[in-house]
Amino acid sequence: MIVTLSEPEIRVSGALGEEDVRRALDAVVDPELDEPITDLGFVRSVTVTADAEGAQAVIHLRLPTSFCSPNFAYLMASDAKDAVAALKGMAKVVVELDDHHDSEIINVGLAADAGYRGTFRHEAEESLDELRWTFRRKAHTAAMERCLSDLLRSDPSLAETAVGTVRLRELPPAKHTDSLLRRRAVLGLPEGPDAVVLVDHEGHPYAPEDVPMALRRARSTRVSIDGNAHFCRGLLRTRYAEAEADQAYRPEAAEHHQLLPITVKEIHP
Amino acid sequence: MYTKDGESYFIVDAHIALWDARPENQRNIHGKQFIDCFYDYHRNLSPQEEVWTYEEYLYQGGQRLMKDIFDDGYVDHAIFQPAHLGEFYKSGFGQTKEAYDLAAANPDKLTYNHNFDPRDGEAGLDRLRADHEKMGFKGVKLYTAEWNGASRGYKLSDPWAYRYFEECRTLGIKNIHVHKGPTIRPLDRDAFDVADIDHAATDFTDLNFVVEHVGLPRLEDFCWIATQEPNVHGGLAVAMPFMHTRPRYFAQIIGELLYWVGEDRLQFSSDYALWTPRWLIERFVDFQIPEDMTEYGPITTDQKKKILGLNAAKMYDIPVPAELQLPRAAEPETGPREPERVDLAGAL
Repeated sequence: MIVTLSEPEIRVSGALGEEDVRRALDAVVDPELDEPITDLGFVRSVTVTADAEGAQAVIHLRLPTSFCSPNFAYLMASDAKDAVAALKGMAKVVVELDDHHDSEIINVGLAADAGYRGTFRHEAEESLDELRWTFRRKAHTAAMERCLSDLLRSDPSLAETAVGTVRLRELPPAKHTDSLLRRRAVLGLPEGPDAVVLVDHEGHPYAPEDVPMALRRARSTRVSIDGNAHFCRGLLRTRYAEAEADQAYRPEAAEHHQLLPITVKEIHP
Repeated sequence: MYTKDGESYFIVDAHIALWDARPENQRNIHGKQFIDCFYDYHRNLSPQEEVWTYEEYLYQGGQRLMKDIFDDGYVDHAIFQPAHLGEFYKSGFGQTKEAYDLAAANPDKLTYNHNFDPRDGEAGLDRLRADHEKMGFKGVKLYTAEWNGASRGYKLSDPWAYRYFEECRTLGIKNIHVHKGPTIRPLDRDAFDVADIDHAATDFTDLNFVVEHVGLPRLEDFCWIATQEPNVHGGLAVAMPFMHTRPRYFAQIIGELLYWVGEDRLQFSSDYALWTPRWLIERFVDFQIPEDMTEYGPITTDQKKKILGLNAAKMYDIPVPAELQLPRAAEPETGPREPERVDLAGAL
């Protein structure tokens, strides 16, 4: 299963090219950093050739260190293969992960379409679904905190204890709001204007006395994800000098980004 | 000791290594990949003038270590936290004998902590007892992503880990430093998850669990378990150098930690030789939470003193001159710390 941020454009006619493959790869997300692998600079090269049977794509992926988690590495590589193989007219896809401690295991598994258990054998128990869901929930939590902190910063009269009743319709039309709606959709949470913003991953709102703590916990999740994203991007640039040109700007928690202060008005019993 | 603006700081570097990653000690490609990964951390997070050559980085030796940490680095006492990595390096990554001998020759300056691997079963328990009899350590460093034969990781909640903790109890090894890595068995779940530390800390309340690099990349999970378990501490290895490249991110890390874990359970470390202590100490003393981040209270001089040395000194019974000591914060043992401070900051 692929985490889809935007539907890849699938060409109906004409030969598939490198750009088509890259757009298909836009749908593959690093679950930990909650960002497409194309924006992160993880796609090292894409080569597309064609013969009578159709197009053939060879994709090389690279990661910030040799010791990035092998389970995430496999998820991204196998999602990449699935996403590109779904392109109409694509006859064969080879995805190779470069310079990783498990490159050999993962590349052999991908070539044989061995699946997670076939690839990692005795180290795999069931599936990576739980891992995926853990990080979808974290991505939602962080998106929720970004929206509510934006609101707190823009409206000094809003108390932190009051954010527990904020509805989706009260959020401004902005990138963070769109991002939250997409993450809610992934979790199957309501997207209507009257839905409460601050909810757990099952959609339950918080009792008023639990709201500040829920927001603080969400903040620690957002700090963690943004921090990891910038660190991993930086490490990739250190490891591969040419990677910088491939990375899209990530505004969240960028160093120069000054914030409007939050006026903290929590009530402590 | 470091002195700035009339304030003196007793410094304990709570996580250092004496490693040998030279090609002749590398067992296979993973030995090279591992040190290359460390070197990229070093290059990525260090100020330009503090970047070493790759050759310097492979091995330092005792003399260089003493100079970097004590002569140049203001450190009063440092603690070895050796990672074994026997599958990657012929004589291991952390050099046991060299580090232990150096600590034995400089007992007022160095403490040697050891390591074990619960997957070594009964034989490993025997070895732990023998090692402890010989070296008498108070703490161990555990790397849960250590490769060992067909296994590439374990959890602190595994039954054999509990056997080892019981032995630690018997031997008087009180401080368990935990370093999470990318592999566990099975690979189905997040290898960096710290939930197993929560289990172990709950079941062994008389042991201290110091989570190295404050749980990064799972800061949020670490904060949540540490706020609930009074015997869970945070080691600031890897987090410290973000002060240079990403000061606003570091402000958020330290802000979150002071909120959830508090000033009495955080320990400074350079993670030598990943980085050197001098510039980290200088910058940390000068560091302040940016004014626009009013969700965090400002970091106080007393908090810096505790983090830079007093907390680790207390855990390891390292003598601290009376005039440099500080009392524990008047805070509850668990739950978020001093939320009122944040209020005050917002009202300014």
